[in-house]
Amino acid sequence: MTVTVKTFTSSSEAAAALSSDRNARYLGGGTLVMRALNEGDISLSTVVRANDQALTRIDSSGPRITLGAGVTFARILGERDLAFLHAPARSIGGPAVRNMGTVGGNLFAPNPYGDFTVALLALDATVALQGGFGSRDIPIEEFLQSRDRQAGTLVLSVSCTRPTSAEAFRYRKIARIKPKGGSVITLAAHLPISGGRIAGARIALGSMAPTQIRARAAERALEGRALDAATAAAAASAAAEGTSPSDNALGSAWYRREIVGVHLRRLLLGQE
Amino acid sequence: MAKTALQFRHNGSDVAIFVDGGTNLLVALRELIGDMTPKFGCGQGGCGTCSVLIDGELHLSCLTLAETVAGRSVETLDSLKQGPNLHPLQRAFAENFAAQCGYCTPGMLMAAKALLDRNPSPSHAEVVEAISGNICRCTGYEPIINAILAASGGRASA
Repeated sequence: MTVTVKTFTSSSEAAAALSSDRNARYLGGGTLVMRALNEGDISLSTVVRANDQALTRIDSSGPRITLGAGVTFARILGERDLAFLHAPARSIGGPAVRNMGTVGGNLFAPNPYGDFTVALLALDATVALQGGFGSRDIPIEEFLQSRDRQAGTLVLSVSCTRPTSAEAFRYRKIARIKPKGGSVITLAAHLPISGGRIAGARIALGSMAPTQIRARAAERALEGRALDAATAAAAASAAAEGTSPSDNALGSAWYRREIVGVHLRRLLLGQE
Repeated sequence: MAKTALQFRHNGSDVAIFVDGGTNLLVALRELIGDMTPKFGCGQGGCGTCSVLIDGELHLSCLTLAETVAGRSVETLDSLKQGPNLHPLQRAFAENFAAQCGYCTPGMLMAAKALLDRNPSPSHAEVVEAISGNICRCTGYEPIINAILAASGGRASA
């Protein structure tokens, strides 16, 4: 099956092409769209690309960092200023996938993938979108909730505020194959500490629902408390609340619900 | 449907082909150029046997849209040949029993080359990481890891 490939020099032209064709998909690193083509996905008749330099820009100098949608995980791993994102970037694929896969594409990666997005959700990232009628910024949580309806829009970049300390941001991917493999579950926690107490906790989970979700009950258990064993146990017991995991070859829904609290407790207490 | 003209460097030589829209680089290399060294495994990015170097960087050719390599340099396993002599990595694979059925070998060798080009004396852990995107179902990974370490030692002492 052949498809029409449209290549543009600017992201706005690509966004216009994307929004005017229901069967068009934007091609970033290729790990999702080329896979769909290889599998003979007939819903895909047009591939849109943009060679816009802005899409591969990294701005990591200040307290708020911005990653162009076309930035690869290999490039993130090469940036010393982005050390807090190295663990999620390293947890993806093998070296070839990290040389290809992009931050923007990861937002659309279905389970058991999309690990980098779990980290971005915990960091309360903002997604910059370009549609047929202009650009807008939306919170990543809102983006994920409406992801199925975002097919006609182009992600330009993702930005988030740098965690205040290395301790304040934690990430863990549970996989059956090390060092690579699909996610059984993926966890990220942003735990800003103010006056010895957690203020503004955000816990994000991957493979626990159709898209990456926040563990709001666990966040409530952490809020305003000191991060000790009792607090971690309370958050762990609430971790599965509001989740709707599925069965797949890597684990059953039951297993995911059983282990999510265990891994959250270990993440919070810094245990292996 | 109209074909797209595509020119790039393939193992040091300029090549020009016409590709259908949506053709991946693996199909272009095997069916249009006749380089059978990169293999088709999964078509999903999970196995690594189609690995090639694009401008020196390890990529999966089955997930690369062929026309995105226009003007770039693509190296496959075939680029390692040096007349009748095996490349040091190939010799190390043979001497360390790192190939059984051989289907993963082209990808393993390109992943190993990508590693050694950047890091001539890697640690065991770095070798494991470098081939983590490549699946072998026959020998297990230890002989392959040992072969890559042996090849890097050979280079270091050369």
